[in-house]
Amino acid sequence: MKYHTYDAVVVGAGGAGLRAAIELTDVASVAVVTKLYPTRSHTGAAQGGVCAALGNTEEDHWEWHMFDTVKGGDYLVDQDAAEVMCREAIDEIYELEHMGLPFNRTPEGLIDQRRFGGHTRNFGEGPVRRACYAADRTGHMILQTMYQQSVKHDVHFYNEFHVFDLILSEDGRAAGVVAYELATGEIHIFHAKAVLFATGGFGRAFRVTSNAQTLTGDGMAVVYRRGIPLEDMEFYQFHPTGMYKMGILLSEAARGEGAILRNGLGERFMERYAPTLLDLAPRDMVTRAIYQEIREGRGAEGKDYVYLDLRHLGKQVIDEKLPDITDFVRTYFHIDPAKDLVPIQPTAHYAMGGIPTDIDGRVVVDEKNTPLPGLYAAGETACVSVHGANRLGTNSLLDILVFGRRAGAHMAKFVKENDLPPLPKDAGERVQAMLDSLLKANGHESVAKIRTDLQRDMMDLAGVYRTAEGLTKMQGILGELRERYQHIGLQDRGSLFNAELVDAVELGFLLDCSEALVSSALAREESRGGHYREDFPKRDDQRFLSHTLAYKRDNGQIELRYKPVVITRFQPKERKY
Amino acid sequence: MKVKLRIKRFNPQKDRKPYWQEFEVEAEKTDRVLDALHQIRWYQDGTLGFRRSCAHGICGSDAMLINGKNRLACKALFADLGDYVTVEPLRGLPVLKDLIVDMEPFFAAYRAVKPYLINNDQPPLKERLQSPEERARFDDTTKCILCAACTTSCPSFWVNRDYLGPAAIVNAHRFIFDSRDQAAEERLDILASRDGVWRCRTIFNCTDACPRGIQVTKAIEEVKRAIMYAKV
Ligand SMILES: Cc1cc2nc3c(=O)[nH]c(=O)nc-3n(C[C@H](O)[C@H](O)[C@H](O)COP(=O)(O)OP(=O)(O)OC[C@H]3O[C@@H](n4cnc5c(N)ncnc54)[C@H](O)[C@@H]3O)c2cc1C
Ligand code: SF4
Ligand code: FES
Repeated sequence: MKYHTYDAVVVGAGGAGLRAAIELTDVASVAVVTKLYPTRSHTGAAQGGVCAALGNTEEDHWEWHMFDTVKGGDYLVDQDAAEVMCREAIDEIYELEHMGLPFNRTPEGLIDQRRFGGHTRNFGEGPVRRACYAADRTGHMILQTMYQQSVKHDVHFYNEFHVFDLILSEDGRAAGVVAYELATGEIHIFHAKAVLFATGGFGRAFRVTSNAQTLTGDGMAVVYRRGIPLEDMEFYQFHPTGMYKMGILLSEAARGEGAILRNGLGERFMERYAPTLLDLAPRDMVTRAIYQEIREGRGAEGKDYVYLDLRHLGKQVIDEKLPDITDFVRTYFHIDPAKDLVPIQPTAHYAMGGIPTDIDGRVVVDEKNTPLPGLYAAGETACVSVHGANRLGTNSLLDILVFGRRAGAHMAKFVKENDLPPLPKDAGERVQAMLDSLLKANGHESVAKIRTDLQRDMMDLAGVYRTAEGLTKMQGILGELRERYQHIGLQDRGSLFNAELVDAVELGFLLDCSEALVSSALAREESRGGHYREDFPKRDDQRFLSHTLAYKRDNGQIELRYKPVVITRFQPKERKY
Repeated sequence: MKVKLRIKRFNPQKDRKPYWQEFEVEAEKTDRVLDALHQIRWYQDGTLGFRRSCAHGICGSDAMLINGKNRLACKALFADLGDYVTVEPLRGLPVLKDLIVDMEPFFAAYRAVKPYLINNDQPPLKERLQSPEERARFDDTTKCILCAACTTSCPSFWVNRDYLGPAAIVNAHRFIFDSRDQAAEERLDILASRDGVWRCRTIFNCTDACPRGIQVTKAIEEVKRAIMYAKV
């Protein structure tokens, strides 16, 4: 085992982790520990845009943005957090521009803005241009810009280090993390005053997903195993337009630029579901509309997909504003979006839930929002909660920036005021024991098969449509998968880039996230945002205007508790578009 | 259909030198080499080493030599490659295991060109202005995903590992031609050095290799011209 000591450790080098690290590096000693090279993080896959009410092309106000965020989230959004995000969005975007991000520009030289789902003018009157963008590679440009700044600020990286455990001191503070170095198989103990988890989502729990192979919910599972709750895990977003069977995302920016959804009969079916916002209604609604069409026999060629129609946009708009998604369609489908209809189906996309935090990124562990000193989370792995029951497009890139920065700033203060917590003697033992047993694993079960079964059943039983029956069945299946997981066999006994071992650990993380999701979903007997219960199709504010907290207890049981939603400006109303 | 992959393997802890190994997997025409590599690692040989993440050509993890050409495994379809495919690690970087190479020299060259916006003026309260034309000037080179396909396809790089290489030049270009940047001269000085742009012999391998369709050779030419005429 190797030991390192820093003021702060940032786990993850996507947009959230890097934004925090940049904030911290000049004032404290920081290590960024990341299982991928920073520029490989999935923030780079984000396409469409990042929103802020700049008002560059038409009137806009952060209050409108906040309203859209709250309504889009089906009123489960904590409004204090949404207010902070939408207000600070404006300066955050200017700061990104100052850091060099190459936004598309208006003829006057301002940052250009475009339409996106659920973003409206004047509290719902019609679509507004709020998304700042760089063609359809906004996330790529954010990740590159953040990485460029980390080079400039000389941020200290540990690349291809997988964090497998959180260290808590006896007096209940975060004291560091335990990481596995992929290149050597060695265990590293990072001893620190403050720890930030910015490890992204867990889309790989589902069969069809827009998420990278590496998005396996590591940060969530690591803290969950240490007794910290996961919030609102039942709210998982399925993006309407994934490429058929592959799940690769075709950004909402396509519809923002005017693309239309069509069913097998060629109808613009969104007219029936959202007469005002049409194809730009929030994602949960569009996704269910697509499934409804398919269920009623109007899928394309009678199958489980529909079409995205970009043909009328013209070659110039397609090539200039949507070059990457055009390339995906050409490369993988061998068709041309300027001439052909593109087959799409909903794809598992984004975790609204995650590690509960306050507006400074501090992890809070109960219904009274008690912080765990020194522990922070930001980005998709966290739940502030600005997305509530359904995230609006462009709000995640904003979330990672605003709350990445705020977490970094708070950590800077925290490490100045606090000393190093004592390191427990057994800090690396759990991980050592886990590795020892994996390196000996010679059972008959295959990690890949268990994962494939998990992904298939999660998609069918805990995906877009849910029932008590299906979720109960899924709980049983998860029990069986766990049992099988005890009997896996691995071939690679080596210490050099043992990806097979990492795959096995990541499957364990996926099982934990799935378990929290399913239990939380079963208990929530209502439909809200991305959580749709066929047996309880209505929202029920009386019983469920609250956040779920799922705890893993020592005996393996899950305990659910609930905490109130913060409501400031906007009282819950029915959601129509 | 059945496809055969012939993969160059090397585990420095066990092997004295690299060797070839063949695998057969079931694949669709629309499947990618990455899908086949996964099939092998998941169901046939758990020790096969390769990197990947996004699986759709956007993260830059899985550049490798496929049928003699640098490509991303996640963007190389059997429909285009046929049913017998050879796979090797990128050339010119030390092999750590199987298809995994040491990327550190590559990133060191990247860092050497000051790949970040330098502008020492007090920024305005809002955004700095930039016209769509100024923005278009460096659009192409903003697409780079640092996959190293270009640099490791360059014969000049193979013979001289100190050559900064196409990717570093592409990333310098991205700032040199950005109207908001003030450090073009510093970067041009670096690129005019012995290991800079003059090592480029305009062979175009880099442009052919780039999975993002960046006109790499053109970018290098533009930098050369900026050095020669001392203006951007
Ligand atoms: C295809 C696609 C398009 C999108 N488009 C948009 C958009 O247009 N607008 C928008 O607002 N949002 C969009 N999103 C959502 C948004 O991009 C993501 O939610 C956001 O980028 C997540 O950033 P992050 O920093 O939290 O995590 P990531 O960028 O996923 O980074 C996670 C980091 O954690 C590290 N890590 C993970 N596990 C470990 C571990 N165990 N140990 C060490 N390190 C670890 C990884 O190495 C990585 O660096 C899109 C998402 C997808 C998938
Ligand atoms: S220029 Fe192209 S080939 Fe070279 S590193 Fe960038 S994306 Fe890869
Ligand atoms: S896996 Fe990301 S580029 Fe191929």
